[in-house]
Amino acid sequence: MTSKEYKTITDIKGPLVFLEKTEPVAYGEIVSIRLSDGSEKNGQVLDTSDDMVVVQVFEGTEAIDRKAGVKFLGDVFKLPVSKGLIGRILDGAGRPRDGGPEIIADENADIIGAAINPYSRQSPHDFIQTGVSAIDCCTTLVRGQKLPIFSASGLPHNDIALQIARQAKLRDSDEEFIVVFCAMGITAEEYNFFRSDLERTGALENAALFVNLADDPAVERLITPRLALTAAEYLAFEHDYHVLVIYTDMTNYCDSLRQIGAAREEVPGRRGYPGYMYTDLAMLYERAGIVKGKKGSITQFPILTMPGDDITHPIPDLSGYITEGQIVISRELHQAGIYPPINVLPSLSRLMGSCIGEKTTRDDHKKVSDQMYAAYAQGRELRGLVAIVGEDALNERDLQLLKFADIFEDKFLRQDRDEDRTIDETLNLCWELMTNIDTKYLVRLDQELIEKYHPEEKKA
Amino acid sequence: MEIKKYGSEKMSKNEGVIYRISGPVVTATGIEARMYEVVRVGNEKLMGEVIEIHGDQSVIQVYEDTSGIRPGEPVLSTGQTLSVQLGPGLLTQIYDGIQRPLQTLEEVMGVFITRGVDADGLDLEKKWDFVATASKGDDVLGGQVIGTVQETDTITHKIMVPPKASGKIKSIKSGDFNVTETVCTLEDGTEIKMMQEWPVRHPRPFSQKYAPDTPLVTGMRILDFLFPLAKGGAAGIPGPFGSGKTVTQQSLAKYSDAQLVVYIGCGERGNEMTEVLDEFPHLIDPNTGKPLMNRTVMIANTSNMPVAAREASVYTGITIAEYFRDQGYDVALMADSTSRWAEAMREISSRLEEMPGEEGYPAYLSSRLAEFYERAGRVETLNGEDGSVTVIGAVSPPGGDISEPVSQGTLRIVKVFWGLDAGLARQRHFPAINWLSSYSLYPQSLNQWFRDNIASDFPEVRTQISALLKVEAELQEIVQLVGSDALPMDQQLTLEVARMIREYFLQQNGFDPIDAYSGVQQQYAMAQAILTFQEEAKKAMAAGARLQDVVNVQSRTELMRARFAEGYLDKIGGLVEAMVAEIAATAEAN
Ligand SMILES: Nc1ncnc2c1ncn2[C@@H]1O[C@H](COP(=O)(O)OP(=O)(O)OP(=O)(O)O)[C@@H](O)[C@H]1O
Ligand SMILES: [Mg+2]
Repeated sequence: MTSKEYKTITDIKGPLVFLEKTEPVAYGEIVSIRLSDGSEKNGQVLDTSDDMVVVQVFEGTEAIDRKAGVKFLGDVFKLPVSKGLIGRILDGAGRPRDGGPEIIADENADIIGAAINPYSRQSPHDFIQTGVSAIDCCTTLVRGQKLPIFSASGLPHNDIALQIARQAKLRDSDEEFIVVFCAMGITAEEYNFFRSDLERTGALENAALFVNLADDPAVERLITPRLALTAAEYLAFEHDYHVLVIYTDMTNYCDSLRQIGAAREEVPGRRGYPGYMYTDLAMLYERAGIVKGKKGSITQFPILTMPGDDITHPIPDLSGYITEGQIVISRELHQAGIYPPINVLPSLSRLMGSCIGEKTTRDDHKKVSDQMYAAYAQGRELRGLVAIVGEDALNERDLQLLKFADIFEDKFLRQDRDEDRTIDETLNLCWELMTNIDTKYLVRLDQELIEKYHPEEKKA
Repeated sequence: MEIKKYGSEKMSKNEGVIYRISGPVVTATGIEARMYEVVRVGNEKLMGEVIEIHGDQSVIQVYEDTSGIRPGEPVLSTGQTLSVQLGPGLLTQIYDGIQRPLQTLEEVMGVFITRGVDADGLDLEKKWDFVATASKGDDVLGGQVIGTVQETDTITHKIMVPPKASGKIKSIKSGDFNVTETVCTLEDGTEIKMMQEWPVRHPRPFSQKYAPDTPLVTGMRILDFLFPLAKGGAAGIPGPFGSGKTVTQQSLAKYSDAQLVVYIGCGERGNEMTEVLDEFPHLIDPNTGKPLMNRTVMIANTSNMPVAAREASVYTGITIAEYFRDQGYDVALMADSTSRWAEAMREISSRLEEMPGEEGYPAYLSSRLAEFYERAGRVETLNGEDGSVTVIGAVSPPGGDISEPVSQGTLRIVKVFWGLDAGLARQRHFPAINWLSSYSLYPQSLNQWFRDNIASDFPEVRTQISALLKVEAELQEIVQLVGSDALPMDQQLTLEVARMIREYFLQQNGFDPIDAYSGVQQQYAMAQAILTFQEEAKKAMAAGARLQDVVNVQSRTELMRARFAEGYLDKIGGLVEAMVAEIAATAEAN
């Protein structure tokens, strides 16, 4: 392929370099730019024609001048993949960051990734026990699901993600997950927190890390998750691993996307984010799942921080439109000192129905979950009413529900950072807490279940 | 890869070269293509469609990923416009946005969709048992049925003279044929095959459009009873993420009394299509007792598949729907989600550097939406039969705010608005359709059907039920301020009746094996049961009963619960009688 060096840069703008008079350059082709001080930067072709080529520079255009030399490397961006990725730490562009050797490739995989044929997918149905009651009972996670954490700055989403990564397992199975961790623009402190936790628990040896930190180039963030997912796909579908991909923070990713859009003078969509952000995010999130004839799976846990705690902001909004539910972290609960501060009301697992019940979790799971949810929702609503009319206006039922909301938060939601509750423990806890409400108000439970599980009504 | 589908016959041998590539948009020079002509792009001959012409430059949207393609590679025009293949073999299929069977793609490419592969929409080899219904010497016109094929056990596929052909039949024969073999020849030499091709962006012709007068019965109480949709009508379902658009659409695909369903997954999740594929072959159509899959055609162009093919997917779907309509069938088409289709238009438009309209959408957004929904309708077919296409489009407004262009453009055209509400979904009130903001403009034209087929006072009962819900909303505002105990007894009763409407009638779990489908007769009986409760409660309270006792009668709970068991319609009468007696007794007890 051409490895001719061009010195025909005409314009440099934001993360983009424009050049002219090249031989035919491929769309998506990888570019290497040599600066006058001899250093190199990498980029990718965003637009190509006979007259003009537009290159997006991953490391930013700082110090590039019109005399810089540009080489087109003849191929689209590929990641060398092999089982050797496990236990390694790479930077946001896929280069070793742990002082170790280059990855010896079994193959070079295109990082854009092809879409899974919907006909070839298999519906996820295996229950993952995370040991976190709020999740296991109310927004149950399924192997192969994409379930983001909607959080906001200053909230303990990282602790929750790590707790899930540590504790996640299939019931009655010792099949383990391996973790692919992808950092996009997070602080060194946050990264060290993740890393040392993975190190402490020994999970690091079974993980692959792709790390782009806050002071790393912003544009590089656009490829970091693609590298991570390419690695995940390779490990899941070529080597039968069950892969848990944690990526944080999607908000930084989207901001980089916005930056490119602005530099290209594209017509912006809502709040300045590009109109194609839905499609772009879908190209990441849809790389989760299970496919026919392969043993492995990809489960995704993207973390995003909602700007201004606003769930209608384009980043959580478009994510929610693509993922299979969401776990919403609440500032109010966090401020009340509750960990994990998961607000179950706006949280949802769309795949939950396929993985709970007698055969997989327990026969009472669905109804218990509905009842806990309903009682808590009503209790929280009553808090608002009480603020206006006072507790005196409440009848007996409402008083019980009002108290239940506090109990729910204090006993059910609250648990330690290393407390790993089995699904049986979680469901038994639910029953115990529901004794605070008269059974006649537990309308979502049927008599049969009450007789089987209710601590006070149980028939021996 | 060899070009199969857009065949060599009409190829104009017109070749040009690529000048520019920007994502899914490629500019070529040197071809003299027509608008919407299909072209082959690059060495891999990727399929594309001409969407703009500037002097010598043709702008092409490409249906596959363009990475790695270079300026200077060849572009070939084919002389054809983007078309679908129509004939036996459509049913039970799942296609991508440009009618490539996903099963065939899996056979060729494996589980990941790569590019540069063509696939015919129909199986060209398979033999079908063609039964001629016209005879030698008959004069036939375009659209006329000349024979049939029993495609699945529920659907008889009618073979029609292509819309533009006509003449006297010279020969016609029954027997086993594949779709490209000639089954009938006209005097002028026209050969009629079971397969026809039709350009997707053109509506198929019919004789005339009728005003709709029959409801599309969906089995969802809130829809059929309060906001009915007519066969041949169009409905929009806007709602924020997680509010129930897909569950509603899938319910309609399962239970509605259309004879055929075209389900378009347009820019949505892969797993949702898999779910349909897993489920439908095992689900029984309540209207025919046969597997649902036998009446279903699916189009799946998920969010991560190429956007240009997403743009095409709704046209592919509606053309297939029209084709079955032309055979005299009632077809229902679901598009989930039309917002993703609009976004595909926006993405292409911005690559074309067109002057954007509102929120970056192209200025022609609303006219495209209107053209699409206009393809719905109840018609007299060219064959003189009655057929219909009902369109139900999901809309995904950013942040759930329907003041945005796609929602507004849709609401201007459709006559039914089923508004999903995040608040209701959060309360797990499903279907989360807001009964105050939703509307249907069809009741007037459908009332006669309901009177004739269900009950002579059906419209009046509907009015009573919706009035109760409106009153409740007003009362709730007061309750928020003073608590419900402060209301007079009769208003407290109204609140209880309205609660019964919500919890017993409006709520309907889409996943409940029995309650997910409720026939209209049963819906009417349930509404009557609620009104009976109201009346009897009033009487009992006038005679001294306490509201609390009336509300807590066990037989009412039983009446409500029994809907989750088989055979509810037959039991309602007895359950209501028991309730009436028990309520009367509460008055005596005091
Ligand atoms: N009729 C219903 N009965 C029971 N559950 C429902 C019903 N409608 C919605 N749900 C619940 O709400 C969840 C989300 O519904 P659905 O997937 O249809 O939302 P959506 O509006 O299509 O969202 P998106 O825009 O993100 O695709 C479902 O997974 C289910 O748990
Ligand atoms: Mg949906």
